[in-house]
Formats: sequence, structure tokens, C-alpha cells
Amino acid sequence: MKDVRLLHQPFLPGSLIGPFTNSNPGLGGVCTFVGEVRSGDRDDPQGPVEALELSHYEPLTLEGMQTLADAALERFDLMGLLMVHRVGVMHPGEPIVCVSAAARHRRGAIDAVDFCMDHLKCAAWFWKRERRASEKGGEWRWIEPRADDYADLERWK
Amino acid sequence: MAVTVLFLGPLRDLAGEPSRKVTAPLDWAGLLQAVGPEVAAQLGEERVNVACAGRVLGDKTALQAKDGDEVALLPPVSGG
Repeated sequence: MKDVRLLHQPFLPGSLIGPFTNSNPGLGGVCTFVGEVRSGDRDDPQGPVEALELSHYEPLTLEGMQTLADAALERFDLMGLLMVHRVGVMHPGEPIVCVSAAARHRRGAIDAVDFCMDHLKCAAWFWKRERRASEKGGEWRWIEPRADDYADLERWK
Repeated sequence: MAVTVLFLGPLRDLAGEPSRKVTAPLDWAGLLQAVGPEVAAQLGEERVNVACAGRVLGDKTALQAKDGDEVALLPPVSGG
């Protein structure tokens, strides 16, 4: 079972995982990753994160997520895959992304979630910017993936 | 009718507006001219993609946008 969603409103990952698990009877394991807006360290010289905004491009983003989910289902031994990504303005503590994979055996589920997250970080049609408290007038700043994120993606090629 | 050029992510700040109407038809040279030098310089970078009518172009320099098409300028992405 494949369930891919792009959400414009806050969501509770827990409320999705239960039904997802139930829809894959006979599974041996479920692996779930939830990414949330980080508040930043108190001593971060840039100041704490006030807000994060994820933007997307309607004609490409959801279709790209569907293609990614299909690639994961093809590559790993899965029974089901749930992939949910928020867009819009979010605040620290709010979930941004949730990927959950159900499989007969743990390895497929764990690897599939890792694979999907690496691709969502730097190979999906999203743009991310953040606003920090201490910057002048709370200006928005665009965020690009780190070198580590690109290196993580390379592992799957 | 015209071609709508859409500036995604940080390109919106560089362009100073989310989108711009440009006379159709629009090819690569016309696009570079229409977006101004700062955005044009970004378009020259390999990691900036271009989509026309909802499809990402394999070769952005082969752009041929017609009346009513939307051309989206796609800078490097960051999700999750």
C-alpha cells in the first residue's frame, strides 16, 4: 500500500502510523522517521529559529514524491510505504516530514526510510527558508542542503 | 496570451517578484534576456533547472515555450 501526501496544515504523525500499520496485515516490522522543525541551540550565534517555510511547485512536487515512493517500493522488499511532507510556515517542534515503511523483515523497512529521507532532503521539489529571532528584523534566509546531505544521497547511486 | 515565468525559492528574491509575464514564444536566449542579469547568471549554473508546461527540461537551453505555457525556474532544492 502506497500513501503519499503533501499537506498544507499541521499533522500528527502518530495519527497516521496506526492506520498505516493496520493496513499492512502480516507485516514483520515498521520503521518510521519523523522530521521536525529544530529550534536551534540556545547559544547559537545566529539566534533560535522562529519559523521555517517550505515552498513547493504544484505541477512537480507531489508527482516527484510519487515517483520516489515507487522507486523505494521497487528497490526494497516492502509491503507498504507512507510518505507525508508539509509545506507552508512551520514553527519549532512541528513535524515537517514523516516516512514510514512496513515490511516482512526489518532491513527493507529501515533502508527504505533512509533512502526516501535522503532523496527528500536534496532531490525533491522543495525550497526551505528559516527566520531566526536575533537577525535584523527577523529576516528570512534560504537554506541549502549541507555537503553531508549530498554525500548521503550518493550512497544510493 | 503570453508565457508566465515563475521564480521559485531564492530566485524569487533575486527577481523581486514571484512571476513575470513575457511575450510568447520564448526560447533560452529570450528567457535570459527577460529575467535580468542576476537571475540569468543563476540560470547559467548547472544545478538550476527549468521546467516548461509542468515538465523539467533535460536540456534547458532547448526551451521553446508557447503562448500560455508556464516556465518555472528551479534553483537547488532543500526539503525534509
